[in-house]
This record gives sequence, structure tokens and C-alpha cells, in this order.
Amino acid sequence: MIHTRGLTRTFTLKKKQTVEAVRGIDLDVEAGQLVAFLGPNGAGKSTTLRMLTTLLPPTSGTATVAGRDVTRDPDGVRARIGYVGQKNSAGETFRVGDELVTQGRCYGLTTAEARRRAGEMLELLDLTPLAARKPGTLSGGQRRRLDIALGLIHRPGLLFLDEPSTGLDPKSRADIWTHILRLRETHGTTLFLTTHYLEEADSMAERVIIIDDGRIIADGTAEQLKNDLAGDRILLTAHTAQDAGRAAALLGGDADGLTVRLRAASAATALPEHLRTLEAAGVKIAAAETIRPTLDDVFLTLTGRSLSDDDVPA
Amino acid sequence: MTMFLRDTMTVFRREFTPSFREPAGLLFEMGQPLLFLFLFGALLDGAVGSSWQWFVPGILVMMCLTGPMASGYYLLVELIGGSMERMMVTPLNRTAMLVGRTMKAMAVLLAQAVLIIVLAVPLGFEPHLTGVAAGLALLMVFGVGLGALSFALAIKSAPDGTLFWTVTQVLLFPLLLLSGVLLPLDSGPGWLRVAGGLNPVAYIVEAERALFSGQAPGLPVLYGVLAAAATAALGLYLGNRAMRRGV
Repeated sequence: MIHTRGLTRTFTLKKKQTVEAVRGIDLDVEAGQLVAFLGPNGAGKSTTLRMLTTLLPPTSGTATVAGRDVTRDPDGVRARIGYVGQKNSAGETFRVGDELVTQGRCYGLTTAEARRRAGEMLELLDLTPLAARKPGTLSGGQRRRLDIALGLIHRPGLLFLDEPSTGLDPKSRADIWTHILRLRETHGTTLFLTTHYLEEADSMAERVIIIDDGRIIADGTAEQLKNDLAGDRILLTAHTAQDAGRAAALLGGDADGLTVRLRAASAATALPEHLRTLEAAGVKIAAAETIRPTLDDVFLTLTGRSLSDDDVPA
Repeated sequence: MTMFLRDTMTVFRREFTPSFREPAGLLFEMGQPLLFLFLFGALLDGAVGSSWQWFVPGILVMMCLTGPMASGYYLLVELIGGSMERMMVTPLNRTAMLVGRTMKAMAVLLAQAVLIIVLAVPLGFEPHLTGVAAGLALLMVFGVGLGALSFALAIKSAPDGTLFWTVTQVLLFPLLLLSGVLLPLDSGPGWLRVAGGLNPVAYIVEAERALFSGQAPGLPVLYGVLAAAATAALGLYLGNRAMRRGV
């Protein structure tokens, strides 16, 4: 569905400074995948998405999206993809239903067909009672559902979503996800989305791509990334600081007061072994805990920075 | 070509539907020209005597400056929000986005111009049919130019929009005062008449007055047509270029 080779975008600022926002991305996404594109602010997520959706011409490299080249046949790409941007898609002065019909006509549907599809979309996203309202009177969750409806009116095989759940309350977020996953189940739509909610990418996406400083630094299932790049953590609590220090020395971890921190590829198999080692050495342990890594741990391992820290300099 | 026309109609219908659903909005939008027509016109009528023939064409040109010249505002709002971006990801023709929006601004301008003329008749304005038709046609050409320029400026001003407000506000009053819409420039000092001579709006106003008087078209009409055509050509060129470059 998406194939890019050496996709690059540089921006020229004033005083002839250039910024490389995206530095040579190679990416292959097959039909039917649900891909989450993760990265801190300024990493190049949105720039990449804007190139894939024809909003921004690449500086160099190629991108084929839904079988069409983004530079040579942008209209071909546009006809085959849906796009839900970061901001709300509906114009403020227009009624919800009217905007859906307009959107259908933008894709070349006849007015009658556009009306029919608009009705279908309103139904699908539970918006039917709101058709005659203006977007300004809708709640955040309702507006986001309208954005998705606008992105789906021409039944695209590939849908891009730029931070679809940002700024929503937990219930609306869960609701949006129900709709996204249902879409995938019923139509097999390929979904490519950016998010900065790590737990969302972790639990929903079958493939996670992490981008930092314009480059892809990790790509795989959330499980793979966590196992390969971060590993589990084990927390042991000793009765005395002295025992904690001995345990840390024996097992190769860090002691902090009564706590000993360890890393392991698989905590479940490492822990019994550690406990046997400590018992043989006469070190007594009061409590043991294993912690599965998060995607943030993966990012931390790769870059030394935390992904959840939004104040990363761009 | 048929795709272009279809896309233009899509944009026009989208833009026009809110006005169609709430026509009262059109009246509010023309508050300023109406105010000038009734309050300033009546004042002028008392001071100069029988000024309607002279004043009504000027008010119509003034509507071009407050209507089409400000029409980029709606585009700017959509550029700042996400709705323009959403439409840029559809195969909708870029030029159609400009032409459809300009057509909407013209439909509104035409409706308002006809309303002004109808309201001016009981005050003592005498419309000459051919003159009025030709005058309205000239007004449309000028409006297309100002509307398209306004769209180009809006695209240039996004995302913060400051440039749009600065330019339109800085331009509005000099263009208006130096056009002879409110008072004739002939009675002003020499430097003012020179400044007026550099203002394309002044030529449009003169041409409109000549056409609305019902006399056979002469040199002022030719200058007006040239000024309007030049504005339209420049506006469509810049507007289309801005729209095609992507927003």
C-alpha cells in the first residue's frame, strides 16, 4: 500500500538555513496493516504524513501510495486515500450533512450518490441526529467522528489519521478506537496513523514505527520492539541496604536503598534463577516484582530520551 | 473540462449553501453600503442636490471593496482550521477552488448591487436599463479581480493571518477616499487629483457613473474597462498560482 525509498524533505528557513525534517525514509506497508507512527514532536511524523498524502512535495526520494506515485500522479493518490488531519476537517459555517455531501462531490460522486453516502457515514459514526447542526456546536468526540466520516466517504482502501485521538477525553478516545477497529474488521482498510499516546500504539497497532530526528529508528510489532530493544525489568526489595548491595553485586544490577533494579530479556525465566543465586549466597529478599517494558522504554534505550517528554527540543 | 466545471460547481454550491439557508446574512454583510446609501446619500442630496445618479454607482464600487476584497477572510479561516487541508487531499481541481469561491462572491455582489439599485429608486435614482446592465457587468469583472487578489493574499497570510488584515485595512480607506466615491475628486487640490489618478478604483467609479447616466460610452468607460480587466487578469493569475502551489 505504501512504498517509499529515500524519502527526504528539507525546509529552507530565512537566512538560508536548511532544516532536514525527514532524512531518507524507506518504508513498506502492506495492504490491511494497522501501523502506528510514533515519535516526539518535531521528529518528522507530520512531514512524512504530508508527503504521503500529497500535501507536500518531497525534496528527494520516491513514494508510491495506493499504487500511484505521489509526485507524478498526485490526483491518483488523492482519489485512493482518505485523510484525517490533526485539525478539524469540517468548515465552521457549513452544516455537518452539507459538508459530507460536498466531500463526496469532491471525489467526483454524483449529488445523489454523495447524499446517499453522507447518510451512510452519519449512520456508521453515530452522527445522524447532528446532520443539520454546525460543527461548532458538536463535542470534541463528535467532531472527531465527523472528521473520520469525511475521510471515509469515498471508501478508501487506505486511511491516514494524524493524531486521531489527541485532546479527547478517555471515553471519546475509546469510542474513536471502536470505530477505527470496526472499520478495519468490516472493510479491511489499511490504517496508517500517528499518535503520541504510547499505550494506544502499544495495544492497538500491529506494527509500530518509531521516527526520531527524521529517521526511522525502530520498526516491528510492539512485542518485538519491547523484547529486542528494551527487555523486562525486575525489582527486588531486600530487608537491609547491605543485602540490597550484595544482591546488586551478585546479579549485576543497581541498588538504591532497599531496592535492586535489574534488566532481563525475559523476567519470567530470569527471576527464579536470580532468587536461587541469592539464596545460595545467603541474601534474603522480601519481595520480587517483574515489569514489562513500555514503548517509552524502547525509545529511551534507542535515544537516551523519553518519548513522553514533550519538551524535547525540535 | 467537464471535470473542471463539475469541480467549480461543487465549490460554488458549497460556498453558496450557507447564504441560501440563511439569506438574512447577506443583508448584514451589506450593512456598511446601506448605511452610506441612506445616511451619507441623504446628506449629500441635501448639500449638493439631486446626487443619487452620481452617488449610487459609487456605492456599488464601494461594495466591491467591502465585499470581494474581504472574501479572502473566509478562506483564511479555513486555512487556519483544517477544512482547506481536507479539500486539498481530495482530487478537487485547484483552479476550481479559486473560481468557485470567486463565483460565490460575485453572486453575493450581484444580489446586493441589485438590491441597492432597487432601494435607491424610491429615493430618486433613475435607472437606465442598458446602462445598469453594462455597469453591473463591469462591476463583476472588477469584483472577480478583487476577490481573486483577496484569496491570493489570504493564502500568503496563512497560517497567522496578520498580513491579510494589515493589507486589507491599510488599503481600504486610501482606495476608497481617493476614488471619488464619497465626494468628487475634482474639487480637491492638485496632489490629491494626481493620487486619485494612480488609483484604479477611481477609473472604475468614473466608468460606472458614465454608464449609469445612460449616455453613450466614451473614454471614461474605456479606462474603467481597462482598469477592471487588468485587476481581474492580475487577480486570477496570482490567485491561481497561490492555489496551485498548495496551501
